[in-house]
Amino acid sequence: MGRLAAVLGQRLVQAVTVAVVVSLLSFALVQLLPGDQALLIAQRRYGDDRVTTAAAEAVRAELGLDRPLALQLAEWIGQTVSGDLGRSLLSGAPVWEEIRDQLGATLTLAGAALGLALLLGPVFGGLAGLRPGGLADRTGMAAAAAFRAVPSFVLGLVLMVGCTVLFGWLPVGDSSDGLSLLLPALTLGLGLAATSARIARDGVVATLRSPFFAFARLKGLSRTAAILRHVPRNAAVPLIAYLAVSFAFLIEGVVVVEQIFAWPGIGHALTHAIEGRDVPMIQATALTLSLFLVLLNALTDLALLLVDPRRRG
Amino acid sequence: MTPRDLFCTIAMLLGATTALAQEPLRVVTPFEIASLEPSRGGFNFTRMEVAETLVGADDEGRAVPGLSTAWTLSDDRLTWRFTLRARAKFHDDTPVTAEIVAQCLERARSQPGPLKDAPLTEIRAVAPDVVEIATSTPFMPLPAFLAESSSQILAPSSYDETGAVRRIIGSGPYRITSLEPPLRFEVERFEGWTGGAKPAIERAIYQAVGRKETRALMAESGQADLAFTLDPAGTDRLRRAAGVAVTTKSIPRVITLKLNAHLPAFADVRVRRAVSLALDREGIASAILRSPEAAATQFFPPTMVGWHVPGLAPLRHDPAEARRLLAEAGWAPDAQGQLVKDGKPLHATLRSYAVRPELPVVAAAIQAAERDIGIDLDIAMMNSSDIPAGHRDGTLEMGLIARNFSLVPDPIGTMLADFGPHGGDWGAMGWASPQLTETLQALQETDAAQTRAALRGRVSEILQTELPVIPVAWYELRVAASKRLDGVSIDPFELSYRISRMRWAD
Repeated sequence: MGRLAAVLGQRLVQAVTVAVVVSLLSFALVQLLPGDQALLIAQRRYGDDRVTTAAAEAVRAELGLDRPLALQLAEWIGQTVSGDLGRSLLSGAPVWEEIRDQLGATLTLAGAALGLALLLGPVFGGLAGLRPGGLADRTGMAAAAAFRAVPSFVLGLVLMVGCTVLFGWLPVGDSSDGLSLLLPALTLGLGLAATSARIARDGVVATLRSPFFAFARLKGLSRTAAILRHVPRNAAVPLIAYLAVSFAFLIEGVVVVEQIFAWPGIGHALTHAIEGRDVPMIQATALTLSLFLVLLNALTDLALLLVDPRRRG
Repeated sequence: MTPRDLFCTIAMLLGATTALAQEPLRVVTPFEIASLEPSRGGFNFTRMEVAETLVGADDEGRAVPGLSTAWTLSDDRLTWRFTLRARAKFHDDTPVTAEIVAQCLERARSQPGPLKDAPLTEIRAVAPDVVEIATSTPFMPLPAFLAESSSQILAPSSYDETGAVRRIIGSGPYRITSLEPPLRFEVERFEGWTGGAKPAIERAIYQAVGRKETRALMAESGQADLAFTLDPAGTDRLRRAAGVAVTTKSIPRVITLKLNAHLPAFADVRVRRAVSLALDREGIASAILRSPEAAATQFFPPTMVGWHVPGLAPLRHDPAEARRLLAEAGWAPDAQGQLVKDGKPLHATLRSYAVRPELPVVAAAIQAAERDIGIDLDIAMMNSSDIPAGHRDGTLEMGLIARNFSLVPDPIGTMLADFGPHGGDWGAMGWASPQLTETLQALQETDAAQTRAALRGRVSEILQTELPVIPVAWYELRVAASKRLDGVSIDPFELSYRISRMRWAD
């Protein structure tokens, strides 16, 4: 219990520190980006054809972009502390509404990718690890290396040509159709499954070669019983840590996949916000994502405490 | 009833329901729903025929009835009266009144957009179905300005208490049933529309898909019935696909080279002509744009009827003549073949942007062509907003842009913005022609067809002779349509996707 409280306390302090640092950093970085913020916002609002210096001046006056930076930052912090993340400079909609919808879409996609990775990686990795150097091991690891090496935009287009154009199995670009989640989730999940298969395989091999596994066999357990009893739990420890980190990367790294499959997620939205210098949107997204990562780390700690009794001591 | 009978009954009912419900038309474009504000993302809703403007435009840019069925102009040419369509109503079943229309237009006038720049003095309702618009000077292109999407008419229930648009309650033949910005919305036929025959397409889905490859694959797999803005390479593959018809239409968008005539080199018309003569437009159009017809022989494409002058001597590719003109202007090659005058090399930075994927490739082709005659260009790929920014601070030397002359169906608005006495963010820089200014001013004020035709021709001639901005290629809009659709046509002014004119072939 004491260890649990310590973990949670540590993560709470981390959350506050991260919130402050991320807010300041994202604000500073946006200001350091080249280009006139008012012109970029005008371009995003009215389109390439209508962006003019007159439109930019109107935007500058409307949003008060010529006010001192310190004042703009102070206003944003004041608003945020009071629970108001402001409005998007581009769409005019409340930032929280946009983030809520987009984060939900990204979490759905990342969760589905993670689910696929969990379904494929540990199973194939575990099977490969049971016979190191065998046919399943060599084939599986070669496939894992290939899936890991292919960039997601190539894999995404190949899957789309195969599953959508040639065979017509799966839809794309229709976020209201549950099936359209499968292709982007596969694109993300296959790469993740490849690495998790490798980690699971190494975990299984290490457990099979461990003294406690040998002892279990010596005390009379059959190989199957010893594997079932000792391998999953021991191989899971590095896998949980890896998948937690991967989930974080998934959420941050779905930009390309969201673009290819027209998935309305946060990566896609963040790209547009950065291009259009939508400061409230960038700050709030960065803040939400970093706090989410802190939460994810806390959950990982808790999961590891649950799985690995050595950490409770 | 036995279980078997029950099963058969349910199956029959399900079958009947499926047969009755017509499948939706799926429209895929690269344009996201960035905002519901008419001046920002409003074009999505007019193109999908959810919201209407007072006036529309035919394929030649002539004003045609929209929410207004007729209009008149006073004898002094300063007051317009627009009569609203009888029994027109919004999708919430409230009537469209002149009062509401006037409020919407006033709102449009207060936001960045074409109406803001028009010389309007007053907009008011003079009868329940008549809106009066007064101008300070005769302004003939007003109907065309009213066809632009930021002038769309929305019901009062579209706005929240702060005046921001929260829903799109229009008066068009389709109404929104589901809105999921930034990528998607669904519409269904509005049975209360009084603007014409009942559309055959009952439901449609609008989906923004940023990647051109994805749009092409969706069209090829049948998951998009209409896919807009395809790239040349993608359409080659689509043309071989069964079930898809690819249509290409020239639109009033021109790839141009914007030159800073404040710079001594580009202030000389001979140098500007040399820059133009160095360009192998046919090569660029064939190899990069995959359409030899896209090579610009003059400023305006043939689709801009009246502005395109068939008899005008075409822009040529003649590097030898370019070298002669440069020599005449005092530019001589140094030992490395680079042109120099008064010890200064003929060098410029060509800014462009990659939002339009063909521009970087065209920029590279231009760089090679100009190097061939001794002009040294560096290419800087930037954001499109760096073009007006560079115009404003004077740092832009050369810009490669894709200029849209159909922001309003009559390009006079864009021409005035680009070629006024002080140039324009996307037009001339450091160059002005009193003759052109006068011609454009006269065009604004005259409504005599013959005079207008002559004035438009004059504008084209001046631009062809002076080349303050050098046309490179005319744009083509590529659309893939399912062969299951009948009645597909492309609006060159991109005001509408015209889904109300389509029907399922089967």
